[in-house]
Amino acid sequence: MVHARKGKPPRVGDNIVFRRSLLGIVLVLVALMIVAPLVVIAVEAFSRGAVYFAESIADPDTRHAILLTVITALIAVPINTAFGVAAAWAITKHDFRGKRLLTVIIELPFSVSPIVAGVAYLFVYGLQGLFGPVLQSMEIKILFALPGIVLASMFVTAPFVARELIPLMQAQGRDLEEAATSLGASGWRTFFSVTLPNIKWALLYGVVLCNSRVMGEFGAVSVVSGNIRGQTNTLPLHIELLYHDYNAAGSFAAASILACLAIVTLVVKVALERQGAGRVQRPAALAGADSIIPETKP
Amino acid sequence: MKIRLDNVVKEFETFRAVHGVSLDIESGELVALLGPSGSGKTTILRMVAGLEYADAGAIYFGDENATDIPVRERGVGFVFQHYALFPHMTVGENIAFGMKVSKVKRSPQAIAERVKELLDLVQLSGLKDRFPGQISGGQRQRVALARALAVDPRVLLLDEPFGALDANVRRDLRRWLRKIHDELGITTLFVTHDQEEALDLADRVVILNKGKIVQEGTPEAVCRNPADAFVMNFLGDANKLDADIRGGKAYVDAVAFDAEGVPDGSGQILFRPADVSWREQGQGIAAKILRVIDRPDSRRVLAMTGSGQAVEFDTAPEFPYRKGEEGFINIRRPRVYAAA
Repeated sequence: MVHARKGKPPRVGDNIVFRRSLLGIVLVLVALMIVAPLVVIAVEAFSRGAVYFAESIADPDTRHAILLTVITALIAVPINTAFGVAAAWAITKHDFRGKRLLTVIIELPFSVSPIVAGVAYLFVYGLQGLFGPVLQSMEIKILFALPGIVLASMFVTAPFVARELIPLMQAQGRDLEEAATSLGASGWRTFFSVTLPNIKWALLYGVVLCNSRVMGEFGAVSVVSGNIRGQTNTLPLHIELLYHDYNAAGSFAAASILACLAIVTLVVKVALERQGAGRVQRPAALAGADSIIPETKP
Repeated sequence: MKIRLDNVVKEFETFRAVHGVSLDIESGELVALLGPSGSGKTTILRMVAGLEYADAGAIYFGDENATDIPVRERGVGFVFQHYALFPHMTVGENIAFGMKVSKVKRSPQAIAERVKELLDLVQLSGLKDRFPGQISGGQRQRVALARALAVDPRVLLLDEPFGALDANVRRDLRRWLRKIHDELGITTLFVTHDQEEALDLADRVVILNKGKIVQEGTPEAVCRNPADAFVMNFLGDANKLDADIRGGKAYVDAVAFDAEGVPDGSGQILFRPADVSWREQGQGIAAKILRVIDRPDSRRVLAMTGSGQAVEFDTAPEFPYRKGEEGFINIRRPRVYAAA
């Protein structure tokens, strides 16, 4: 800067030494905390060669774990999506008593440790639990089986979709729905042609986050699944099991699958964020755009 | 379509409640609901639309009791203050929406023709394929009107239709809306807090305060004969002087004004700033000039009466007096009301 006086930064709060050391600290921490572990997964997974990697993945127990994880996601994600949309709709477009409380409760799973959720499910559905005897007499098996795994996963990921939708739908208000209804549209029609198109990116974003969390969930699932190899082991549980078997390469190979999933999620997430941010006709942008666009007289 | 509100009541925990409103709107009339925020005007409009249900009372469309007909089937066109255009649909798709979801099936050609017709009507023929985000506020509101008209509503309802636009666009759109109304002859009810807008546009003005109708009539009637101090104040700048009312006369600083029919006791006289003249000598209420404010077409004088009450009045730009000078004010067209 030619005009900058000596010793003065170009802008308030901008100090070269401070800026560089701040950036340095962040970069070092990112390398240590995030990049290094991911690199290790990739390296270790292939440490005994690609053939061993393929064999590890093809192992029946690993394959079963992958399948179980996918099935869990296929059940839990759609249900939580429906739940999230319904909850966001109820909270943002209707008035009722206890609305604030509901909002807080929906967010609760974020602040509860997943393992607590798992233990709670044990107390409710376990043999000695609240509904245990009833369920047993009806021969319904929830714990140590797929239903338990799905329930625990759903508990942990319940807030994801609703949380993405609530702020957006709040900002959009009820005008669009009211307009559609006054024009003669039914409730379903209004939802599918007016509400949904305006929340689709946020919805997808929530679904993607929800899915990646369902597939990666460890704590709650480990309590309720019983870790039965080839039966109730999801992929994260299986990775831990392999590791305890001193099968590091196998465990890393399985872990690399989850890591790949994470990368796909990340890419989709960034793409979705671009979609959301780049759109001209967002309602939020609409309200404020009056002053930007000059009035053209007819 | 004639609309009749019969003692309609809507209670809210907060403000904007409606306490028993009865109102007749003749077929083809353009009526303004005018009132300050929280006066219940929007709530009344939304009840006529069916977006809100009345707690008590009834709303008739012609002879049909429409009180419990849901908004979908009520056949009203509603225009929102913030347009409420569907942001993911083009202008053409927005206008076509009502026809597409209608129980009355129309062929795609018929819909396309009607869309074109409406775009011509609102003078936006070239903008059919634009998105709402790509047109100006005034254009958006015209699209919103076209969309509301597309379903051939029995009644057109507008909620502060020009509230989000700036002053110039507003005046143009106002005149334009009046033209459209005269062309189509559709019964129209609109809500505004802007008295100029109501007086400019409406056949009849309904003034509301605290959930009740305080006066209704033609713009001329409400302007010339405000029912009470609230209406007088709300319709425009007004001066207020406290007065004693005795035997049909109102006294301010020993000057008497005609106050026939106003009960004895404390009262007030109200008058417009333009209805005051200033004299150095003679009769009138004694006053002292505090300040003179210059405007392009006049001078506004701030004065204080002998008993310490503030008065503002407008004079010609040639008004020669200055701050500190003393004289007398004479009031034309004073209106005397009992104290509220």
